[in-house]
Formats: sequence, C-alpha cells, structure tokens
Amino acid sequence: MKYIEPHAHMVSRTTDDYQHMALAGCAAVCEPAFWAGFDRSSAAGFHDYFCQLTEHEPKRAAKFGLQHFCWLCINSKEAEDVKLAEEVIALIPKFLHCPNVLGIGEIGLNKNSRNELRVLEMQVELAAEHDQLILVHTPHLEDKLKGTRLILDVLKNDPRIQPERVIIDHVEEHTVELVLNCGMWAGMTLYPETKCTPARAIDILETYGSEKIWMNSACDWGVSDPLAVPKTALEMKKRGHLAAAIGKIIFENPKKFLRQSPNFKLGV
Amino acid sequence: MTRQQVLDLYFLDARHKLIELAAFLDRVERAEGQDDFRLKSFRAALAKLNGKKKQKAKTVLLAFSDPTTKPIAKATSKGACGAYHPQISPISADKFAKPFLRKSA
Repeated sequence: MKYIEPHAHMVSRTTDDYQHMALAGCAAVCEPAFWAGFDRSSAAGFHDYFCQLTEHEPKRAAKFGLQHFCWLCINSKEAEDVKLAEEVIALIPKFLHCPNVLGIGEIGLNKNSRNELRVLEMQVELAAEHDQLILVHTPHLEDKLKGTRLILDVLKNDPRIQPERVIIDHVEEHTVELVLNCGMWAGMTLYPETKCTPARAIDILETYGSEKIWMNSACDWGVSDPLAVPKTALEMKKRGHLAAAIGKIIFENPKKFLRQSPNFKLGV
Repeated sequence: MTRQQVLDLYFLDARHKLIELAAFLDRVERAEGQDDFRLKSFRAALAKLNGKKKQKAKTVLLAFSDPTTKPIAKATSKGACGAYHPQISPISADKFAKPFLRKSA
C-alpha cells in the first residue's frame, strides 16, 4: 500500500531500510533535523549536517526510488547553549532555497528549560519570517505534557503562525486533544517501547477521528522500526478499517499537510 | 469492532502484558532495597486501572507526568526516566534513564 513516511532520520539508517521501505510501498520520506546522539562541537558540524540532508541523502534515497525531503533546525537537546543555537539558526536561511526543504523542524522542547524555550521562540521567529511550515518535537515521557503546553503557548501567542501549517509530533493519549483543539496537526510516533504502539495509535484515531493527524516511525539510531507505518496499516486492516480510511491516514493526510510547502511535489 | 471482536484480537496480548506486570512487581519486591519515586508512581498509576472510568491510558500517562507549568532554570540532562519527581526529574534524569532508550527522535 502506498504511504508517505513523514518523519524518519534516514542518515542513521542502512540501505536495507530504504529497500524495505520501498518494497512496502513508501513513496516519499521526510527527514527532520535532530540530535546525532551526541552534542556537535560547533556550528560547522551543523553546516555539514544540513548539506547531508539537502544534498547527499536525497541521492541515497533516489537509488531506491524514494523521494527525500527534509526539515532544518537546531534540535532542543542542543538548545541549552544559546550562543551555539544563534550561530546555527543564522546558517539556516541559505538552505531554505534547497528544493527538498519543507520547513523548520523538528524544533520544540526536551527538558522544558528556559534556554530551550528561548531557542524555540527564535526558531518560530525564523519560520514566521520566511513563511515556513513548522514541525515540532514534544518531550519524552514525564516531560511531554508540560512541554506540549509550553510549546502550544509559544505558537498560539504569535499571530503570524497559522495553526494549520504546524504539526505537533509524538502526541499520545494525554496530549492529542490539546493539539487538535488548537487547530494544529498531530503526529503519532510508532515506537516499540515508548510513545505509541500501533494498537494505541489506532485507538487514538478511533477516539479523536482522522482529521489533521498522521503516523510516523521516527526511525533513527535508537530502538525504532522503519516499517512501523505499514505495520500499523496492517493492524488497521485487521481491525476492519477500510482501505480508503487507511490510505487517508498513511498517504492523503501527510500529503495534504506537506503540500502546503511549495517544495513538496510527489513524482509519478 | 464489537466487544467480542476486540477480545478475540487483543485478549491474549493483554493477558500476556498483565502477567509481565505482575512478574515485574514480584521481581522488584523480592529484591533487597527501597522503593524509589518511579515505583511509587507505577503503583499509583496501576491503581487507576481498576474501575469503570474511561480513558484509562490517558489517566495512566497523566499519573507519570510532570504537573508543573513553569520552565526549569537549566537542562542538566537530556534523558527522561518515565516518572516525575520534583527533585530528581529535572536534575539527574539520565541516572535513571535506560541507555539508548528514547533520548532520540
């Protein structure tokens, strides 16, 4: 079944993963900028990473027939150093003209600190100034509820931000309603041990509906599954969801949100 | 899906997970030492499962969540440990976080 993987950190994955995703029906993969698992030592490290996301990774994906898109930012795990964040944010505008860039992301919060919040505000400013879509990372585990509330406050307080151009990712049962009630999109991340399992993600769909919501694997260098989206589609089928309803969640919805960026054009 | 269909599809999986929870509590309780804030949160969350109130998953997630509303002064760790503690959670969560479990994405 054709699907879009709207959140995957492919620089951390193997060519086998690209092959398996293509075989499973993946049409396009979207890669937000994130933490490498260690702190980069300078803005130059981010410059190289942005080159990787905009030049090298699309070519690697294309070898498997996949279109590759990306989002740019400094992530919240490296946002405690505000000076570094300022240097990295200054690099981003020159990359916004690259043909596979969809917007600013995944920005957000990690431990809900003052500096993280300051850097989030700086990147919301960047997105507003350049009329970019926004993809937001919400914190993990016990920090998610508080972080989601703080993030929504920042976004709602900026009149330039149109809620339908923002996706708040990694929602769970205790945060999804907060996001949807703000008119923003919600992303459900399918992980083996944290965030949502396929069964819980489908529970959320059955409870809150299928408008302004998508599913992603957020596969990266940690415990994660690049085929989580098609596996969840299979689970939906087992639960009696019709093909059109499944297609809406795994293909039509991400396409609807992402095509708000002029750079998101799916090939034949 | 009907209730019967849900049971047919998920009962064995839920039964398996419930026994895993019970075995985890047995394992913790026969080990020497004291409970910490995580086990206290765990027991509090477990108590929310009993009864007819709806939205049990949401209620359990809320039981583990930081209820405060103001940003912390400084992030001195990157990880999360799964349960809120006013002193421990923001200061040294990495000590309690499982290595390579969800510091990513």
